[in-house]
Formats: sequence, structure tokens, C-alpha cells
Amino acid sequence: MVPTSHYLLLSAILFGLGIVGFVFKRNIITLFMSIELMLNAVNLAFVAFSQSLGKPYGEVFVLFVIVVAAAEAAVGLGIIILTARNRRSLNVERVDLLKL
Amino acid sequence: MTAPLLIFFVLATLAVLGAVSLILQRHPIHSALSLIVVMVALAGLYLLMGAEFVAAVQIIVYGGAIMVLFVFVIMLLNAEEEERTNFSKLATYAGIPLAVAMTGLIAAAIARSSGALPAPAPSGALTSTKTLSMLLFSEFVYPFELTSFLILVAILGAIVLAQRES
Repeated sequence: MVPTSHYLLLSAILFGLGIVGFVFKRNIITLFMSIELMLNAVNLAFVAFSQSLGKPYGEVFVLFVIVVAAAEAAVGLGIIILTARNRRSLNVERVDLLKL
Repeated sequence: MTAPLLIFFVLATLAVLGAVSLILQRHPIHSALSLIVVMVALAGLYLLMGAEFVAAVQIIVYGGAIMVLFVFVIMLLNAEEEERTNFSKLATYAGIPLAVAMTGLIAAAIARSSGALPAPAPSGALTSTKTLSMLLFSEFVYPFELTSFLILVAILGAIVLAQRES
């Protein structure tokens, strides 16, 4: 049997990698994928706790997280298309209208 | 080493390698394919834990729908290789150590409290789809209905955002 702490450690590592990707990548689509990676890491922790406590509530919560992630992906990609059309670039460094 | 532990380590390695590859790849389509590897590995881990319905949803919604959306947008915008712009010094010298420190902090907290965690349920304790759906349609029926509204708003928002102004 795999101890729960193993799953939680893997979840922490994946979340950390998601943060690194979000900070260091320059492509706006890849930034978005890093966010999805972090959401997946959190889902893993939810399911691990749900199994560890023997209650299905964590899994129900994961389903809600997936729904919100899908909605977020739809709206976010719409914004990306709009940005790419207006700025002619996917580089986040070029999206600097609010920069002084 | 027992068989579940072995499967866990294989899938965990696959997930971490996919995540590292997501960061290192320069082309967004390669990053997207790496992310699909991570998601399939996570679905395997859910199966290992006995969360069969979540595993199926992970493959269908994440690996299928959301990633197809990503790949579609990458192709639609004809995304090219990421251009290398000079990093800010702060991100280079403080970003990686801080990310490592945060992961280490979480790991330390988990390691310290791992004795307090209850032992995992005995193997074969599947959370059946029936249990999940009973819960979803009784106790969580209001949040469930609200998510349908959320999806509707998201669809409308995406259409309004992405339509071409005439």
C-alpha cells in the first residue's frame, strides 16, 4: 500500500514545478499550461486525502475543480486569442500596456 | 517493494519528467504534449488509489477536451518557438531558490505530520461511481447546478471575447 505522504510529496513537487514554469516561461499559452499543472497537483492532494480519510467528499471537490478548470480554460484561451490578435505576439513581455 | 509502490514510483517519475519537460521545451506544442503525459500519469495514480470515476474524468475532460482546446489554439495562432528575452535578474536569482524553498517547506510539513495522517484505506476500497453520484445529486446538488451556470457564462464569455469585430 502506498503511504498518503508519498502522494502529497508528489503533489508538492508538481505544484512547485508549475510555479517555476509560470515564473520562467515567456509564451502566454505555456503560462496557462503551468496553471493547469498546478490545478492537477492540487487535485492529486484532494484525492489522496479523500482516500486516506475514507470519505468521498474530496473526490466530489475534484470534480468541481475540473469543471472550474474547464471554464477557466475556455475564457482564458479566448483572452489569449484576443491578445494575440491585438499585439501580434504571444510573448508576455510584449503585453506591457499597463507598464510605466 | 510491493507492486502498488512500484507502480506509484513509475507513474510519479513519469509525471515529474513530463512536468520538467513542460518547462524545458521551447515550442508550445511540445509543452502541451508533455502536459498530456502528466495528466495520463495522474489518471493512473487515481486508479491506483481507487478513485475510478475521477480517473475516467481526468482522461476525458483534461486529457481530451481541455488539451484539445490548447492544441487547437496553438495551431490557430500559429505559435512559434518561444523567443528568448533577457530575464530579470530578480527572477533568475530569487525565483528558483524561492520555488525550491516553498516545495521544501511543504515537503517538510508533510514529512513532520505524516505520522498524524490516518492509514490509507485497505486496497480494493473503491469509491464507487454510485456513491459519488448519490452525493453529487443530494448533498451537493446546489453547487452542481451552479457549475452548469458557470459553464454557460464561460461559453458566452469565450464567444464574445473571440468573435471578430465587424
